[in-house]
Amino acid sequence: MRRHVFILALVVGLFCSVPAWAGQVVIKGSTTVLPIAQKCAEAFTQETGINVSVSGGGSGNGIKALIDGTTDVADASRFIKQPEVERAISNGHYPVPFGIAYDSIVPVVHPTNSVSNLSSDQLKKIYTGEIENWSEVGGPDRPIVVISRDTSSGTYEVWEEKALDGARVFPGALLQASNGAVAQAVSKNANAIGYVGIGYLNDELKGVSVNGVEGTKATTLSGEFPISRTLFMFTDGWPKGDTKKFINYVMHPKKGQQFVSEVGYVPIF
Amino acid sequence: MKASSIKRRRKKQAAVFWILRGAAIVNGLALFVILFFIVVNGISAINWEFLSEPPRNSMTEGGILPCIVGTFLLSFGSLLVAFPWGVATAIYLSEYAKPGPWVRFIRLGINNLAGVPSVVYGLFGLALFVTAMGMGVSLLAGMLTLGAFILPLIIGTAEEALRSVPQTYREASLGLGATKWQTVYRVVLPAAFPKMLTGMILGLSRVAGETAPIMFTAAVFYTPEMPTSVFSDVMALPYHIYVLATAGTNIEETRHLQYGTALVLMALVFGMNMFSIWYRSRIQKRT
Amino acid sequence: MAISRQKKELFMRMLFTLLGATGIIILTLILLFLVKEGMPIFSEVSVTDFLFGKYWYPTYDPPDFGILPLIAGTFSVTVISSIIAIPLGVMTAVYLAEIATPRIRGIVKPIVELIEGLPTVVIGFFGMVVMAPFLQRIFDMPTGLNLFNASIMLAFMSVPTICSISEDAIYSVPQEMREASLALGATHLETIIRVILPASLSGISTAVILGISRAVGETMVVLMVAGGAAMIPGSLFDPVRPMPATIAAEMAEAPYQSEHYYALFAIGLVLFVFTFAFNMLADYLAHKHKQVGAATL
Repeated sequence: MRRHVFILALVVGLFCSVPAWAGQVVIKGSTTVLPIAQKCAEAFTQETGINVSVSGGGSGNGIKALIDGTTDVADASRFIKQPEVERAISNGHYPVPFGIAYDSIVPVVHPTNSVSNLSSDQLKKIYTGEIENWSEVGGPDRPIVVISRDTSSGTYEVWEEKALDGARVFPGALLQASNGAVAQAVSKNANAIGYVGIGYLNDELKGVSVNGVEGTKATTLSGEFPISRTLFMFTDGWPKGDTKKFINYVMHPKKGQQFVSEVGYVPIF
Repeated sequence: MKASSIKRRRKKQAAVFWILRGAAIVNGLALFVILFFIVVNGISAINWEFLSEPPRNSMTEGGILPCIVGTFLLSFGSLLVAFPWGVATAIYLSEYAKPGPWVRFIRLGINNLAGVPSVVYGLFGLALFVTAMGMGVSLLAGMLTLGAFILPLIIGTAEEALRSVPQTYREASLGLGATKWQTVYRVVLPAAFPKMLTGMILGLSRVAGETAPIMFTAAVFYTPEMPTSVFSDVMALPYHIYVLATAGTNIEETRHLQYGTALVLMALVFGMNMFSIWYRSRIQKRT
Repeated sequence: MAISRQKKELFMRMLFTLLGATGIIILTLILLFLVKEGMPIFSEVSVTDFLFGKYWYPTYDPPDFGILPLIAGTFSVTVISSIIAIPLGVMTAVYLAEIATPRIRGIVKPIVELIEGLPTVVIGFFGMVVMAPFLQRIFDMPTGLNLFNASIMLAFMSVPTICSISEDAIYSVPQEMREASLALGATHLETIIRVILPASLSGISTAVILGISRAVGETMVVLMVAGGAAMIPGSLFDPVRPMPATIAAEMAEAPYQSEHYYALFAIGLVLFVFTFAFNMLADYLAHKHKQVGAATL
């Protein structure tokens, strides 16, 4: 019996003995911004010794955490909405935006799919369920499997606004939790169509041009590509201390912005 | 009965019995298939670095040390909460309570707790511990939520342990003049303790594998440093598998790591299960 | 002595009574919080619209909070997985209790227990990464993440629950009943079908209900495998989105005490009510047809 009590005490002691560190920056939010945040966090910690904890979950998740006061930085692939601003302020938190990169949302299909271009009207009809077969848009006679993002996604919000004009995605679309999950789903399914930030384009996907314009870094910067956007990090009030150091790191042309480019997005600076 | 009728019935029995054997075999087969895939795909990821380093390079390299630590802290912590509480409840049910509608009511409550979905526990933990009590997403909130989650199991196994203590022990103690509490504390509890320990280990293994209760209450995607206090957020093995596979940035490249993490988690859980099965048979031999 | 033994005794008794009420206390707390955080949605949406509305678009403007597709998702996945799991579980239980030799029983029973201990996220992972592409190839479905796949994985999970409780019930049928049946000339099989199974029916029903209840509440497997489409399934191979998956997927982003937040808690409440009803049923059945001893024969 005594032996058991001793082991129990040891375990409790373990909790209390972990040394305390100074400095911690908490980041939550968009899965689009996540690769940038992660790379910056790793390098930042190495350079400064300040811990950073990063979570995904979607832009909505990040902004909500800012409203609830549970995060220092909210990653978002869309701008904060008015009701969110009001809610944040009524909670005593003042969201300050920092544009940290440019991005385009590119529709993607399986590499074996013959379709290379879609008009914005066709895209809209596919996502609202009006067009159900690839043959209707110049592809093979196969059903279209529509992949979309769930509601917490900033990517989804921008897609809804710019590609769908506010129309609702039909209920039969498979909702995935992240850019990565969409990429994975499309790359494994010859009938699928999805959309991802340019940072997520890879060899296993085929990007589809919209209205004849391909989604690349160049067309994003020039604004030619119709579905493009700024990526943000929001802080609670003007950033101070470790948070300020982190934001400065991300915006630095030779540091954070370098990572933005590496990950595949378009740097602001 | 005619002889041919018996033959016919026996044949039917043989056929049906084969079907029943088949059913049992399907179970073993299914388990084997899952184990096979996880082991074969995951074993390549297991090396010392994997087990002792935090993740690097957007999770595509490095290891899962923070997850292992987080899972350990969460599971032991939750048992720290659930074990004393569960044992005390079991003592009540087994030693103090008088059979009747009140006890039946309590048992009903406990049985129902056992059936509440894990995600509802997550919601509960979020509403009570994280938000209302202000702990934020933290180790503490996760421990308390998981503790509530595993409580019914601990109560069940502890009660069984207490029941298995022969009544003669109690009677002898009371006969010597001890009060009920003294009997419980000095005679019944020590006798039942080994079995309770088995229950605790089973609870540990259950809690280590749970994802939904910690999703909103304790776990985060990436925090490479060790938790500094009970109010830090943590990484955990089951949550890590989930995020790498669904919400990660490099799902394909980290696939082998997902398998590896699944293998580590499975090894942990199976190890604890095996240990408790072995331990249980050992104490049964002793008594 | 400073505190008389009797006083200490009384204190202990009261303490334990309080602790014993734990189960009820926590259960009530859970219900309380679910109601507190879920009720506000019903000032936006009527109960009928909520339960029977066909569109779940919680973040649109204006939002739609109909959870019928989610209930349909839970319902369909539960039905299909039960169709697979109940026969499998009961048959395995009969095998273990009646036919297996003690040596084989000693091997198979731990295997079943191990399945029960498998973390659900691993099962979900397997379903997503191995089963889905496999099913997609074999059946040429649009996607392998669907109702069918999720039901198979859920069935795999529920079988150990159904099996172990049924096996206990079958095992505890008095030996006299078996012997009487065999003495009257019945074969073993006939004894099982006509005597043992009816006698253990209440135990088996309890097992089945608990197994179903587990499938209803399971989160990780359906989150990773069922597809995530909030629609009423038209075919076996359609993707669905059961209630627990919706809660898990959307909770993180619903701002504290927003409509979406309330709606998700309300779904949790619905889930809680479902599983509570199941458990009450199981408890009722267990008590009503309690297996009494051989002395009553």
